[in-house]
Amino acid sequence: MTTTTVSQAPLAKALAGRQRYIPAIGTLSLLIAMILVGSVRYEGFFSGQIILNLFIDNAFLLVVAVGMTFVILTGGIDLSVGAVVALSAMLCAWLVEKHGWPPLVVIPLVLLIGLLSGLGMGAIIHYFDIQPFIVTLAGMFLARGLCYTISLNSISISDPVFTDLAQMQIGLPGGLFVSSSAIFAVLIVAIAFVVLHYTRLGRNVYAVGGNKQSAMLMGLPVARTTMSVYAISGFCSAFGGVLFTLYMLSGYSLHAVGLELDAIAAVVIGGTLLTGGSGFVLGTVLGVLVLGVIQTIITFQGTLSSWWTRIVVGLLLLVFIALQRVIGARQR
Amino acid sequence: MPQQQAILETRGIHKQFPGVNALTDVDFRLFPGEVHALMGENGAGKSTLIKVLTGVYQADAGTVLLGGTPVRFTGPLQAQQAGVSTVYQEVNLCPNLSVAENICIGREHRTAGLIRWGSDRQRARDLLERFQLDLDVTAPLGSCSLAVQQLVAIVRAVAVSTKVLILDEPTSSLDADEVEQLFGVIRQLRAEGVAILFVSHFIDQIYAVSDRVTVLRNGTLVCEEPIDRLPHLELVKRMIGKELEVLEQLGDAAPRRAGTADSTEAPVIAADQVGRRGSVAPFDLAIRRGEVVGLAGLLGSGRTEVARLLFGADRADAGRFTLSGKATTLRTPRAAIAGGIAFCSENRKTEGLIEDLTIRDNIILALQAARGWTRPLPARQREELVERYITALRISPPNPDMLVRNLSGGNQQRVLLARWLITQPRLLILDEPTRGIDIGAKAEIQRLVVSLSEEGMAVLFISAELEEVLRLSHRVAVLRDRKLVEERINDDDLTADAILRTIASGAHQ
Repeated sequence: MTTTTVSQAPLAKALAGRQRYIPAIGTLSLLIAMILVGSVRYEGFFSGQIILNLFIDNAFLLVVAVGMTFVILTGGIDLSVGAVVALSAMLCAWLVEKHGWPPLVVIPLVLLIGLLSGLGMGAIIHYFDIQPFIVTLAGMFLARGLCYTISLNSISISDPVFTDLAQMQIGLPGGLFVSSSAIFAVLIVAIAFVVLHYTRLGRNVYAVGGNKQSAMLMGLPVARTTMSVYAISGFCSAFGGVLFTLYMLSGYSLHAVGLELDAIAAVVIGGTLLTGGSGFVLGTVLGVLVLGVIQTIITFQGTLSSWWTRIVVGLLLLVFIALQRVIGARQR
Repeated sequence: MPQQQAILETRGIHKQFPGVNALTDVDFRLFPGEVHALMGENGAGKSTLIKVLTGVYQADAGTVLLGGTPVRFTGPLQAQQAGVSTVYQEVNLCPNLSVAENICIGREHRTAGLIRWGSDRQRARDLLERFQLDLDVTAPLGSCSLAVQQLVAIVRAVAVSTKVLILDEPTSSLDADEVEQLFGVIRQLRAEGVAILFVSHFIDQIYAVSDRVTVLRNGTLVCEEPIDRLPHLELVKRMIGKELEVLEQLGDAAPRRAGTADSTEAPVIAADQVGRRGSVAPFDLAIRRGEVVGLAGLLGSGRTEVARLLFGADRADAGRFTLSGKATTLRTPRAAIAGGIAFCSENRKTEGLIEDLTIRDNIILALQAARGWTRPLPARQREELVERYITALRISPPNPDMLVRNLSGGNQQRVLLARWLITQPRLLILDEPTRGIDIGAKAEIQRLVVSLSEEGMAVLFISAELEEVLRLSHRVAVLRDRKLVEERINDDDLTADAILRTIASGAHQ
């Protein structure tokens, strides 16, 4: 017994500093492998535009997942994001189309509503010490319910600001292009990266996720951090909602049903531990891309129903959660 | 030294909790540049005093003075800002962050709101260097040994200008080299004029590093002495004291029981060089049918750890077990229960009883668990058993529907005993079964132990009270600093004094 522990020690030591990168590296390898397989099997799969399309088609999911990353890093969860996306899209459509409000007023307003709803949920979670699961579940019902009170039917958008933004294509060298929403999403990712790694708020997020009790005893602002991550998630959901509006050009109560689960899946597949304290926003980007590639492959396959996406995502989630356990066990 | 101004002082501190006087009129003084040991058995009031000093609790009466001026800390954070830092037994840092971050977080160097990592790492490196610690500051703290984590916690505490450093059992899970490293840091801080309050259960460590010692017992200050004027034996005596009343009342509860059981039969349990790193050094122990083996030692000497190993609650990483002659591995409590071992934990409330269940449910629990949920105990048999044990153990009130949380400590202990007795174990491990219960109940539990052993049950009896151990045991094993240092037959030569001497100074040569 003792001999094995001794022989493992140097290996464990060498791995020790880098262990937290393993899940993200796993996701990256998976992404590359899937792209390779797709390229070999389907003609026209391997092109720059296909990669860019991943960003274009999943821009809103990416933004929502970035917000979710903050929450999960503290060890929490936010189930309200899908409903907040739907509510934001609904508000955009309703205020602009039915009330004629200018989009440049509506969009900041929607973002503010998302931020405040997140802040409110964060405050309830922290000060009443209630599980985030329950509080954000309530938030989810609330936001989804509000959608129905606004309109039972889909409201389509014909406002020129929205349609122009939606159809805007930014050309890249080599005949490639991206949409405005993809640019916004990448911008959000970059900001999130800087916040998480170079600001006190970001480091406090990791500290709270690592050990909330310790963070408190170390004199870190746990209350402010907890509320901030839900506020950030609320803001990102609203932002994702605006991007979603650009994508769909309509508001509808049944938009983005189950999006919260896609976002959580992307974060987990991206290597962030559900227990908090470990993970990277770039991992989340990889997670979103993996989900996108699965979708693309199934589209290319042609014969498979789109529900296969769900099945594959489910299996992947199981694998990644098991992987987290294994790594966690080794650390202990 | 007394002419000097005390840096931290308490005058006439009283602290009361419902039903207990946790601290009574405590005058405590801590001087700059000294290492001051705070000693006392369980419930003596050590942790209450520390919590009063750091503002976790407010004293009911009396004052805390910092540098001669009265202070009233509202919490550890405020105390820390005033220069009183505490490092707890459990490392209160974030294992997922790097060493450098754990030292600097909350006070990072920043430019335009962005953290300057390079500068922070350098600061952490400089601080660690000050204490001759060579660490990779970018490694996550969780990858470091517990000792290093403990040291990092100290470094974080002294990174701000600290006048008083309180170390609450910092060494309880460290090995000898690591303790020496920690002591190096402590000595250096002392040389720099920091006042250090050191709590530990390890007598040798106290003598190795402390200048003065304060002993608490039952919430009162027993003495405050320079360590070199207080020999080991005297220190232990002052910590344990003697509850004279208890002795008188229990004088004839049971006769002294020298001699050993039949040695031809294989022991019920035999541990051969069983140990666990960071818990107990490898030990040999055999318990035979009808024999009571007492475990003596101070709090933290490894008494409970031995019990947990024998019950499979902790997995041994060395050695072999033999149950009635058959070699076995006790990997889980389930395996131990299947082997006929029962364990009454010292933490009745957290590790034993389920307070929100009735007496009946608590008693039936272990037996039902052994049968499995597919074979529920027939109602009639269940009532019969519960009835029988409520009567036999004189649980009062004798109402099986009573919730256990509403019982007195002694009755709770009896319920716990009943639970294990109905599984008819061959070995019963009792960890502090008489702690915190009144004298009458104590005597009854002692009588019960005697009659159980007469019926052939093997008993491992753990108690902080030496008189009790001496009265009940056939043999006594003494633990000291997590080592089993001596095992003796309980004959007329073995006295409480002799055991005290062993506890204080190690085995007789």
